[in-house]
Amino acid sequence: MSDGPLIEPTVLQHVLEAALARGGDAAEVFAEDRQTTGAALDDRRVEELSSGRERGAGIRVIVGETTGFAHTADLSEAGLLAAAGAAAAVARGGGGGTRTVALAQRRPATARATSLPSGIDKATKLELLARADDAARAAGGSVSQVQAGYGDSRRRFLVANSEGLLAEDDQVRTRFSVVCVATGDTGMQTGHESVARTEGFELFDRVDVDEIARTAARRALSKLSARPAPSGEVPVVLAGGSGGILFHEACGHGLEADHIAKDSSVYTGKVGELVASPLVTLVDDGTVSGEWGNFAVDDEGRPAARNVLIENGILTEYMWDWLRARKEGRSSSGNGRRQSYQHLPMVRMTNTYLLAGEEDPEEVVAQTPSGVYVAKLGGGQVNTATGDFVFGTTEAYLIEDGRITEPLRDANLIGNGPEVLRRIDVVASDFDMTPGTCGKDGQSVPVGCGQPTLRITGVTIGGTAA
Amino acid sequence: MMTELETLAASLVGQARSGEEMEVYVARGQDTEVRAFDGAVESLSSATSSGVGIRVLLAGGGGGRLGFAWAGSLDEDVVRVALEDARDNARYATPDPEVALARPDGVEAAALDLWDAELLETPTDRKVELAVDLERRVRNADPRIRQVSSADYGDEQVEVALASTTGIRAHTRRTAAFLSVSAIAGDGPDTQTGGGFSVARSPGKLDPERAGSDAVDRAIRMLGARKVPSARLTVVFDPRVVSTLLSVISSALSGEAVVKGRSFFADRVGEPVAVPSVVLVDDPTDARALTAATYDGEGLACRRNVLVENGVLRGFLYDTVSGRRAGTSSTGSAVRGGFAGTPSPGCRALLLHPGTLTQPEVLAAVGEGLFVQTVTGVHSGVNPVSGDFSVGVEGLMIRGGALDEPVREVTVASSLQRMLQSIVHIGSDVEWLPGIAAGQTLAVADMQLSGE
Repeated sequence: MSDGPLIEPTVLQHVLEAALARGGDAAEVFAEDRQTTGAALDDRRVEELSSGRERGAGIRVIVGETTGFAHTADLSEAGLLAAAGAAAAVARGGGGGTRTVALAQRRPATARATSLPSGIDKATKLELLARADDAARAAGGSVSQVQAGYGDSRRRFLVANSEGLLAEDDQVRTRFSVVCVATGDTGMQTGHESVARTEGFELFDRVDVDEIARTAARRALSKLSARPAPSGEVPVVLAGGSGGILFHEACGHGLEADHIAKDSSVYTGKVGELVASPLVTLVDDGTVSGEWGNFAVDDEGRPAARNVLIENGILTEYMWDWLRARKEGRSSSGNGRRQSYQHLPMVRMTNTYLLAGEEDPEEVVAQTPSGVYVAKLGGGQVNTATGDFVFGTTEAYLIEDGRITEPLRDANLIGNGPEVLRRIDVVASDFDMTPGTCGKDGQSVPVGCGQPTLRITGVTIGGTAA
Repeated sequence: MMTELETLAASLVGQARSGEEMEVYVARGQDTEVRAFDGAVESLSSATSSGVGIRVLLAGGGGGRLGFAWAGSLDEDVVRVALEDARDNARYATPDPEVALARPDGVEAAALDLWDAELLETPTDRKVELAVDLERRVRNADPRIRQVSSADYGDEQVEVALASTTGIRAHTRRTAAFLSVSAIAGDGPDTQTGGGFSVARSPGKLDPERAGSDAVDRAIRMLGARKVPSARLTVVFDPRVVSTLLSVISSALSGEAVVKGRSFFADRVGEPVAVPSVVLVDDPTDARALTAATYDGEGLACRRNVLVENGVLRGFLYDTVSGRRAGTSSTGSAVRGGFAGTPSPGCRALLLHPGTLTQPEVLAAVGEGLFVQTVTGVHSGVNPVSGDFSVGVEGLMIRGGALDEPVREVTVASSLQRMLQSIVHIGSDVEWLPGIAAGQTLAVADMQLSGE
């Protein structure tokens, strides 16, 4: 990729002016060039190496409460003007007249990667897959199948709007994952582990793919002898970094300003109120270098920011994008994100995490007479309007007499956000983050989740054991 | 006369060099989306997109090697780069004698009319009106409807051409339109939600009344919902939920999952895997399915495949490569996620043969149990490899053979294997839904409800 702008500033100005010609209040051009490569090893074979390229622009025009949007893969001035015309169609009857847009000085973005994946030989990437396959199979004779995946992407984009904003970013992401199947007398079980960072191939200087493979294998193997998870309400200890998905689902989505504006969140009107245990301080932070939800500017051109959402249990702030912030006469919190140029941006989380407390993590377990210890969580889902959410375990154990004992089969846990947040009674001093993919309204974006070891006094676990 | 896309696909295939096979998938689409809020248009999006996916297979002593590349553009220079990338990628694959591109297998393509020109003739104003009317309809339906969090109209027209050096030539086009709405009902501090939708091949065939009343009824009947004590009971699933459950089960019927040892159905062909009343068929040539298709993702004719008959497992779905690995051939079941995806076997239009009872009759026959209208956490709590099943649910208790008080924040759990053996009633109320499976009311005995 060259370092020149995806679209020349003079062209951007023409396009923005054309977008407002029918009387829009504000307009924006988002141009993106994304290149991806992926490789998959399955059943001991490199089945596929793939490359992808996507380039285009999305244009939106805001008129009162209405947004018009159009996108095109044609980045020529003619192509962009046609898209601007389509997006402006919502501004019917507008006698907009001529508007002049003056853009800020261009500041080219540089990729924050010391080793660009495009400069790495394909064979080197495939070697990682083969190593992971060997390591996983060596972890135990019951490992019956291994899938290993490698992926990298480089996403260069530019945003310009009628307020004069002109911003660029150059995001490099690299990921690696292993899924194992173990087979025993009780059938098959799966184990998964992945690493994903907003950085280049230097990821593998620090991360050992053998270790990722062994972790995935261990999870599958331990579940072969697992007993059914209990059913009913139990105390639950979540291991540090087991997947901060708890907070992402229990309150993160409910603190997004679009849900607040539509009164479709249990947290509407609750700023300044106690919504969680005083041990809870929750932050959303797009600036954490290298984390999966990290960037320099968001997909509306606002710098990434650290926003404290809940402080000592008190709701302090929601997350905002440009559209929602504009209506409230405030500024965006750097949470406007979109899957690609083909999508409208909306309020999204970045890296969302609970700050560590003071307790010794081992003591948290020791002080729990009985319950469930969750070492690794899978995905989750929330209904923001009711606050009810689920999250699944992929590695969990029974706690008996303050000790971690037998492994449990996978199950979902279910709770109500505000209720569960009040039931957090211990927060430990350890901390770790995990990468995830967040889906909202049909769009997926990379996010980070983090949390220390903590205990919830009671949450419903959906096992089959009576 | 060939269309522009067919010409492009054929001309790319013509560039194959000696020693290589090539498959080209070219697609073009146009879509519109309208979201209404508070009586007005919140957003109106329109776009066209196009792209190409190229698979190159290099022949060799130890077997074939496949490489893939895609691009979200049909510009000549971009497509040329994709072709070179696919060629280069192929050099790194592990040689495999079972790797091959599809070849015409003599099965004739079904005559399906998946294109409704009415969509093209519908002005944008009419589409806007459909979304705005739906929003208003739901908002005004009942004083307890507090908010309509989304009311959307959407449509798409898609054209695909597929060609290969192995003789595949396929061309299809289809239209689709949908309405979907989410309602929030409130009564004092209590808040509940409900959703409704309608899907058809053109806007004129949509049913806004049904979409709206579904959303309203589902939200309102949940008002007052509470957690209930844990229990072992019979669960009656709503048709929409059954469609989701069948979709999950279908991943264990993929021939690829079977040959790679990731299906709990492997080695069970000819054995009973479900109660005898279960007949499960994947038939993309059934025009009632919104997902009906003429050709599969490798350009072979789609066809009817019987998977479970009278409770006995009859077979799996294969694409070309998984079929060869299993020592059989493709069942015309390759699916692919557009031009950026590669084929793998999967269901398109799964149907569980209906029983004779309506939903009220199933509830009456069950007597006591839990009716489930919504499930959550399917991707985190249902494992198609192990069969472990645990999902969050919302619904209503069944007492005296009828729906009673609403229930929330509970889970139900079992295993997929066990659920198939514990089906007690299959409803007659088949609904053709937007996913890969139709659904009808289904009663499953002996499930664990986890609550207080």
